[in-house]
Amino acid sequence: MEPPQLGLIEQSFNSRYSNWAREALDELPDNFTITDPCISGHPIVFASRGFLKMSGYSRDQVVGRNGRMFQGPNTCRRSVMEIREAIREERGVEISLLNYRKDGTPFWMLFRMAPVFGKDEGRVIHFVAVQVPILRRRQRRRNGEGLCGEILSNSCRREVCSSSSVELAGVSAADSDCRVQAMEGSVWQHVDNYVFPKDCKPLDGFQLISFLQFALVLFTSLEIEEKCEASDTEKQLAATAISNVLSVLTHYSESTGRLVCEKRFGPSLVSSSLHISLGRIKQSFVLVDPHLPDIPIVYASDAFLRMTGYARNEVLGQNCRFLTGVDTDPSALHQIKQSIQAQQACSVRILHYRKDKSSFWNLLHISPVRNATGKIAYFVGVQIEEGSVDRHGLSPEMRQLSVVGSIKVAVRSSSMSYSIH
Amino acid sequence: MMLRIKRVPTVVSNYQKEEGEDPARRGGGCDRNCLQKCCIPGAKLPLYTFKRVQEIPGDKCVLEHDDNQAPVAFLDSLLLGQWEDRMQRGLFLYDVTACETKVIPGRYGFMAQLNEGRHLKKRPTEFRVDKVLQPFDGNKFNFTKVGQEEVLFQFDASKDGEVQFIPDAPVDADTSPSVVAINVSPIEYGHVLLIPRILECLPQRIDRESFLLALYMAIEAGNPYFRLGYNSLGAFATINHLHFQAYYLAVSFPIEKAPTRKVTTLGDGVKISELFDYPVRGLILEGGNTLQDLSNAVSDACICLQDNNIPHNVLIADCGKRIFLLPQCYAEKQALGEVSSELLDTQVNPAVWEISGHMVLKRKKDYEEASEENAWRLLAEVSLSEERFEEVKALIFEACSYTFSENEDEHHLPQGVGDHKPTLEETDSINKGANCNIVSGTQECLVLQ
Repeated sequence: MEPPQLGLIEQSFNSRYSNWAREALDELPDNFTITDPCISGHPIVFASRGFLKMSGYSRDQVVGRNGRMFQGPNTCRRSVMEIREAIREERGVEISLLNYRKDGTPFWMLFRMAPVFGKDEGRVIHFVAVQVPILRRRQRRRNGEGLCGEILSNSCRREVCSSSSVELAGVSAADSDCRVQAMEGSVWQHVDNYVFPKDCKPLDGFQLISFLQFALVLFTSLEIEEKCEASDTEKQLAATAISNVLSVLTHYSESTGRLVCEKRFGPSLVSSSLHISLGRIKQSFVLVDPHLPDIPIVYASDAFLRMTGYARNEVLGQNCRFLTGVDTDPSALHQIKQSIQAQQACSVRILHYRKDKSSFWNLLHISPVRNATGKIAYFVGVQIEEGSVDRHGLSPEMRQLSVVGSIKVAVRSSSMSYSIH
Repeated sequence: MMLRIKRVPTVVSNYQKEEGEDPARRGGGCDRNCLQKCCIPGAKLPLYTFKRVQEIPGDKCVLEHDDNQAPVAFLDSLLLGQWEDRMQRGLFLYDVTACETKVIPGRYGFMAQLNEGRHLKKRPTEFRVDKVLQPFDGNKFNFTKVGQEEVLFQFDASKDGEVQFIPDAPVDADTSPSVVAINVSPIEYGHVLLIPRILECLPQRIDRESFLLALYMAIEAGNPYFRLGYNSLGAFATINHLHFQAYYLAVSFPIEKAPTRKVTTLGDGVKISELFDYPVRGLILEGGNTLQDLSNAVSDACICLQDNNIPHNVLIADCGKRIFLLPQCYAEKQALGEVSSELLDTQVNPAVWEISGHMVLKRKKDYEEASEENAWRLLAEVSLSEERFEEVKALIFEACSYTFSENEDEHHLPQGVGDHKPTLEETDSINKGANCNIVSGTQECLVLQ
């Protein structure tokens, strides 16, 4: 994937936090990254010194890339899914995860992530992710596991799973420094790094075979889902690190005037999960609530605000009529009103006015939107400025309909849960 | 003994007539735009060509779109827009968004929908459930009989490696186009049918090329809430003309939340796990050194099930990264009279969506009383028994590793296939004549090579 331009990355950081922020963050001993979910690819915009040391990469190799670069074949996909769900829902998560260093070696770490909200936008602008290496494997033990299981389990290479007693034949009995005949891509290259503590005495070949067979039996009887539990100390470290980073960011956002905070603020007249889903739709649209007096706007996309020149707090709660002006055709307005009363979709071409009083022809499409109860919850209005061109060559009508479709899915799905958050 | 059940077939097209209706329409000469020889010449449909990605979706995939703020993938917006267009043109039997739906409180969050309009007028028809492979029958309804207005676009790989959209492309029979059409009885918003190489009239059975197409669609849409599903004959496929289904639902499916335990990793990097603590037993395939590896592993497993006459369902989830393979036996039980009348009365046909946790209910009573226990109980009837599942797993592994050994170099050849006895963790099912070199069971597996 082509990494986003460095300019965007720099901007992501510098527009929020003053220059001293980087220095302050560099003084923290913790391993962490800061990512920007608003840039395509959700790239890393900052990586701490500790993180780079832990992972073995240089800053240039990491900034601009997505966090999945540290995942590998044995990283649990369900854990990755959990993290992704948290990102989608703009909330924190704490989970053990297997990552890979630059040299390909895997390591378990406690991954703790927290969202950073823009105070004015009420929306997440960065994620802070802290990584605390888990030094000792912790898992439920069965009889006879003991030390061997613990040592062996520090290596999570897939090759361990796929090697067999047959391969043990490759062990050289005369090999006195614990290295065994390495087969290409075989785990045995790593055995000496992980299986044996540094100061062990070399075993002779026969002992090695027995040991390895024993270890393989142990490995097969390990707990099914290899979940590596972090200790309380490690969890505390993660919590402290997050807190440190968030303090720095909050502090250094004050001088840019674009405050950040740990909790979401800002007006929202729809549920937060719906708010999040709608935030992903990049076109201009508003949601209005036909059940409230005067059918007010309850959601306005950023693109709508850009098109019309208004600020969010100027439009939320207002009826759309503020867009009309002296030359707006009353029959178009009448058509809209009738469609809403008949609970039907309609398309009109209507003259609208921006905040600066300039006018534009609006190809407006309106459609009822139902929620999970099956009843109409909102009407959506999708605006396309006449003459604007779509890079895929889609007609304005088709562009509008895809916005309507996305919104219908979002409203229906977000209202399904019994506990609407 | 032939096994049959009676059930109301789902109407997926406005042109799907019951047997015996409109005899004059069958055969040549129709006065509408269908996709048969009478209407294809001169026909034009939108065409979407996708780029063939070589690598596994996920870590290196160029089309990765699962980030929070990534722009909506083009196919995604095209599908939604086209579907909404057909909604507004009144092509669906009912407005699915007017159907009440909810997440049932519980561990997994099963979803229930009250849909009284899905099986309205139709009489129950007989379906043969003991043959997964049945030949294509041109006299029965198939997708070449749908009206062109029900087709959203043609969907094929681009020749020059670029994503392209052509609003009015000729339908060229020589190129054997694949199409995406609407399902006029949708389960959810955006419910469509992917019909690979529609003009070739393939029967409902998986082959490598078709499955790969379905996988490409999942990847191209780039939306983890857009999932594809497949039902074999005997596992509640309605129409014996090769097709996959897909729709949007922006919540996690119960099956996606179920814990899994790793069974093995094939030599080509495909990781196989099995579900546990879920009412239906099944496998999950993911990973693979290349996209083709993953696709072929699933296809070969399905082909093995087909050849062994085991009905099954497949769910493609997580933008194509995780694929669930679910053998089932509900129809067989139903035919043998082994399903309780209580369950039969709900008229739920447990196909891929139901097994994944999305229950469409016809009676208000069932909807109001829907609970995780009820859903679990129903799905438990669908699942193969533990013993039978072990047998089926052995068959699948044999198929996957056997095929694999044909293609790989000597270095990775399984040694002594057929005469090599597993030394660790033996279970009875492995010894049941399976030419299998995989140790299975309830614990971490080894592939003995």
